[in-house]
Amino acid sequence: MTGQGTNWVDEALREHEEHAATEHPATEQPATAARRRGRPVTQAEREQQVLDRIEAARRRRPRIREERITMSHGAGGKASRTLIEAMFLDAFRNPLLAPLEDAAELRINGSRLYLSAGFVLEEGFAVADLSRIVASMTAAAAVAGVQIVTGDTKVVERGKADGCYINTAGVGVIEHDLTLGVATAQPGDAVIVSGPVGDHGVTIMLARGELDIEADLSSDTAPLNGMIASLLAATSGVRAMRDATRGGVATILNEVATSAGVGVVVEEDQIPVRTVVRGAAELLGIDPMYVASEGRLVAIVDAAETGPALAALHAHPLGEQAAVIGHITGDQPGIVLLKTAFGGTRIVDLLVGDPLPRIC
Amino acid sequence: MRFVDEFRSADKAHALAARITELCEPGRQYKFMEVCGGHTHTIYKHGLEDYLPEAITLVHGPGCPVCVIPMGRVDDAIHLASQPDTIMTSFGDMMRVPGSQGSFFDAKASGTDIRMVYSPLDSLKIARQHPDKRVVFMAIGFETTTPSTAMTVLRAKAEGLANFSVFCNHVTIVPAIKAILDSPDLRLDGFIGPGHVSTVIGCRPYEFIAASYGKPVVVAGFEPLDILQSIYLLMLQISEGRSEVENQYTRVVPYDGNLAALTAINQVMELRPYFEWRGLGFITHSAMRMRSEFASFDAEVLFDVPGVRVADPKACQCGEVLKGVLKPWECKVFGTACTPETPIGTCMVSPEGACAAYYNYGRMNRHRVVEVELSQP
Repeated sequence: MTGQGTNWVDEALREHEEHAATEHPATEQPATAARRRGRPVTQAEREQQVLDRIEAARRRRPRIREERITMSHGAGGKASRTLIEAMFLDAFRNPLLAPLEDAAELRINGSRLYLSAGFVLEEGFAVADLSRIVASMTAAAAVAGVQIVTGDTKVVERGKADGCYINTAGVGVIEHDLTLGVATAQPGDAVIVSGPVGDHGVTIMLARGELDIEADLSSDTAPLNGMIASLLAATSGVRAMRDATRGGVATILNEVATSAGVGVVVEEDQIPVRTVVRGAAELLGIDPMYVASEGRLVAIVDAAETGPALAALHAHPLGEQAAVIGHITGDQPGIVLLKTAFGGTRIVDLLVGDPLPRIC
Repeated sequence: MRFVDEFRSADKAHALAARITELCEPGRQYKFMEVCGGHTHTIYKHGLEDYLPEAITLVHGPGCPVCVIPMGRVDDAIHLASQPDTIMTSFGDMMRVPGSQGSFFDAKASGTDIRMVYSPLDSLKIARQHPDKRVVFMAIGFETTTPSTAMTVLRAKAEGLANFSVFCNHVTIVPAIKAILDSPDLRLDGFIGPGHVSTVIGCRPYEFIAASYGKPVVVAGFEPLDILQSIYLLMLQISEGRSEVENQYTRVVPYDGNLAALTAINQVMELRPYFEWRGLGFITHSAMRMRSEFASFDAEVLFDVPGVRVADPKACQCGEVLKGVLKPWECKVFGTACTPETPIGTCMVSPEGACAAYYNYGRMNRHRVVEVELSQP
C-alpha cells in the first residue's frame, strides 16, 4: 500500500485547522460583522465565508501527498499541476520559469544557456526517487551555468516504461517585439478558439475500440505556426495563445484566470464542437471542454482587435471555424464561468485526473 | 443535435420557471429531494438552480452508487484484488474512492492488477484471455446496474467460465428513501424520483411514499427540462393538495418496470438481511448478494474476505450530506481538507456526488454572478 491511508487524512485535517486558526482576513467578513452586531447571519454570507476559505486553501503552495506517481499525475489536471509546481518548478526555479509562460517569451540574454527537461514517469515510480533526480539535475545545472526553463511531463502505465526517462534539449528562440503570455489578459479582452474542439481526444477514445461507437471523425493534429504567423501579422492585439492539448480549452481558460487574476466568462453555445464529438461526449458523460485537441489554439485578444484577428484566422484553412467564445472580466478573479446553453451559470474548474466515463 | 437540444431549450425553461413561480404560495418554503446523483449532476452542470425561485430548495439525495460504499468494502475489494493471480475489474468512478488504506488507483500504482471496464461483460473478455488468472468484478450500483451484473453471471455460467466471480455490492434504493423519510432531521415536501432505477423497478415501489407519508413523487428524466418539468409537477400536486406517484420520464420508464431485468436479478441474487451504507449506517434488506446456486461465481464465498468495518474519518459529514441535512458547503472540511483530488468522503469522488458536483460546477456566489451579468454590455 502506498500509505495514502488515514495518515494523510489526519494530516490534511491538521493542516486545515492550523490554517483556519492563523488566517485573519484583512477586512471583516459580512458574516463576522453580522454576528458581532447580533444580526442573524444570512445563508449567502455563510456560503461566501466558505467560498473565501476554499479560495485561500487553493492559493496555498501545492504539496505532493502521494508517495508514488499515479496516472492522475499525467492527466493534465490538478495532480499534474501539483507535480510540476511542487516538484519541478520549486527545484528549477528561475525568473523565466516563475510565470510559467510560453516559450515564445524567452529571450536570449548574455551568454546564458537554456535547457528543456521532458520527463516520462512510470506509474508507481517513487516520488522520493524523483526528488533525488531533480535535486541532482539542479546541482548539475548550477555547475554548468544552465537554466532549465521549460519541459513536459508524461506518466505512463506500470510496465510501459522502466521507472523514469528524462529528455533534454537546448532552447533557441527568435525574438519579436510582442510580449505574449496568459498573465497579460485584461478585462474586456475576447477569448477566441481557432476551430471545433475535442476532435483529437474523441478520435483517440473511439480508435481504442473499447466503446463500440463508430463515427466519421479524424484527429485535428496540425502544425499551428503558419496560422499563428498570419494572426500576428494581422494584428498587434494578441495578448496570449495556447494550444488546447491535454486538459482541453477548460484547462487553458483556468490558466488565464489564475495567472492574470481575472475572471473568464464563456458562452456554451458559442463554443464550436462537431456534432459527432458532442454526441460521443454525451454518451460517455464527458465534457468536450476538457477533451484534447492537437491543432487548435485559444487566443486572448484585445476586444478592439477582435475583427482583424478573426478575419486572419478565418482566412487560414485551420481557422475557418474560429469563433469568439467569451470574454475576460474583472469580477470573480480566478474563476471560469460558463453560461450554459440551457440558460444557467456554472463554473468550469480544472479537471481532476482523467475524464472517467460514468456508470449510469 | 437531435434528442439532446430539444430537452435543453432555454425558452421552454423560462416558460416552465414562470409557471413554477406562480405556484409558490407567498411566504412558504419548499424542499424537494432529487434522490438520484445523476439528477444532482444535471442540476449543477446546466446551472438549473438559476431558474428556481428562492422559495424552492433542492436537497441532494443518497442515489450516488459510489458515494454509499463504506470504507470497509473498499478495503475488502483491494484485499481481493491483491490475492495472487487475481485481476479485479471495476467501473471508472470506483477508482478514486478512498478506503482506509487508499483507493483502487493507489493499489494499482503499487502493482495490484485493477482494470477499468465500461461494462461487466468486458470482465468476461478478460477472464477468457487470462485462463490462468482469477477475474473478480467489483459490482456496484443501484437497480440500474444490477441487471447487467446478473446477465454477466448468467452468461459466465452458460459459457462455463470457471475463473470469473463477482464481489457483489449492489444496493436497492427504496430502503434508503424510507430511512430518509423516517429520519427526524429532515422535512421534505416531495421527491424527484430516480429515472434510470425506475426503468428497471418501475414506479409502483414508490407508492408508499405518497400513500403513507403523504409526499408527492415525480419520476424524472436526466435532461434539464425533465427536471424542471418534474419540479413543476410536484408544485402542481402540492397546490392541488394531491400526493401521488407521477411519471415524467414516460419515454423511458414503464410504470411496471422491466420484467426481464427483474427476472434476471431474481434468478441470480437475493436480498441481504442488512448492509452498511456509508454515512447512513446499517439498513435492513437494502442490498443484494449472490444466491447459493451461484456460489461458484461469488467472490465472498471463493475468497477469504476480511469484512472489517471501518469507521469514517471523524470530520467527514458525508452521512449528513447524503441525507440532505447538510448542504455540501456546510460540511466543515468541504473544499479545504476534502477536495476532488484528495477526497476524504465519497461524496467528493463521483461526478454524481453532491460535494463533487458543487465543488466542480457550483463553487460560486450566485448573487455575485447576477451582478456580473448585469454589468455586461
